Amino acid sequence: MEKGHLAEINACAIDEIDEEDVLRFDHNGRTYVIIRMMGDDIYCMDGQCSHEQVHLCDGLVMDHVIECPKHNGRFDVRTGKALAAPVYEHLKTYPVQVREGRVFVTLEN
Amino acid sequence: MGLLSVITIGGGRDYSLTGLENDRATKAGLASAEWYKTPIDRKLLKHLMKRSDGPALRNVGLWLALLALTGAGAIALWGTWWALPVLLVYGVLYGTGSDSRWHECGHGTAFRSRWMNSVVYEISSFMIMRNSVVWRWSHTRHHTDTIIVGRDPEIVAMRPPQMIIIALNVFGIVALPQSLFAIARNAVGHLSADERRYVPEPERARAVWTARAHVAVYLAAIAWAVLAWSWLPLMLIGLPRAYGIWLLVLMALPQHAGLDEDVLDHRLNSRTVVMNPVLRFIYMNMNYHIEHHMFPMVPFYALPRLHEAVKHDLPAPSPSLYAAWRDILPALFRQLADPGYFIAQELPEGAGQPALAPHRNQDGERALGGN
Repeated sequence: MEKGHLAEINACAIDEIDEEDVLRFDHNGRTYVIIRMMGDDIYCMDGQCSHEQVHLCDGLVMDHVIECPKHNGRFDVRTGKALAAPVYEHLKTYPVQVREGRVFVTLEN
Repeated sequence: MGLLSVITIGGGRDYSLTGLENDRATKAGLASAEWYKTPIDRKLLKHLMKRSDGPALRNVGLWLALLALTGAGAIALWGTWWALPVLLVYGVLYGTGSDSRWHECGHGTAFRSRWMNSVVYEISSFMIMRNSVVWRWSHTRHHTDTIIVGRDPEIVAMRPPQMIIIALNVFGIVALPQSLFAIARNAVGHLSADERRYVPEPERARAVWTARAHVAVYLAAIAWAVLAWSWLPLMLIGLPRAYGIWLLVLMALPQHAGLDEDVLDHRLNSRTVVMNPVLRFIYMNMNYHIEHHMFPMVPFYALPRLHEAVKHDLPAPSPSLYAAWRDILPALFRQLADPGYFIAQELPEGAGQPALAPHRNQDGERALGGN
């Protein structure tokens, strides 16, 4: 598929992520995180903190917020919005669907 | 060693954030670098990171109750010698206890409820005379570049150590005027060159207004003291930052003092000290300092469990505060004559390889300037 086109990626099984947890997902040289709240309430966003590029996969997920493990920078997992210092720059979120126990993320290919 | 070397201010490396050491650290790959972490089971770490309001409500609630009790006692007994021991306890709770609450709530880990972290952070920042905005960013940098010279704004025991100043600061004699000056400087709209290095532009106006709020409360306390023609208001607000800080110096200086600089491994530049439950209450378990730096998302009440999970990979903790100071003091005095000296932390057998830094050679010697 040509670069720039959207593609639905079969990222992982939903069972690979505990509730209120996060999984790192790499695709085409970029890092994302897939965040699961409760049940099938699931989100995907850029995988590194916009403050110092720390991987968010080691962060804390709580109340639809993911906190960076290094300095507690917080992002709303639904919108990617940076919520509190030391983060200002929002992260990008990506559409996610759960079908037959698999998590599909729509990314730019 | 002569008296001059004991009172030397500077004379060693440049610890400012605007000097040559800053460039040197950046070029050496020490700025915002990857740090060593003890491997730990992911599920266990997630479990340890879980937040709860209960432990901090009990801790901070007891702290505030003791402050209120001793504060009321000091007012009731003022003018008698009985006020003295009560004020000594009040001072420690205020001057030392506020630092721990400032720290834990600044990380946002004390409470699960974010507003509780924010409220206690602002109150304790005022008590410890720190601009809550400036110091949030200062501490962020301290965690990014722990004891990296030219990068970390919170290095207390520099090389050579300023022993007279450290000694005077047991009672805040230098630190209190410095803190007041910094607050006043911020209040008139000025951030120092170092502060401008780590406080981002959008936060600076808030830093100025925060300082103004602090100044307003201090002016009110001074006015109260003048109107009442009594030192009591200042003994309750402001001065505990001086007379009650001795325990903080005793507990906090061992966090990093005498240990290595410019390494990417908290096991080498930080120290864990075994403390009794009373000290751990006042200090909110920050004696588990290697563990805290390695996993800063773990709240204070889970640090003892984190310690058990990672201790096989860490240097043996100092068995007591006394033992820690028995190591530190000779090292600091030796650094007066030999600023390159440091206490090399001994890692247990089977521990992960120490992460020195790109600028160290195989023997651990500095290959790129510095000491």
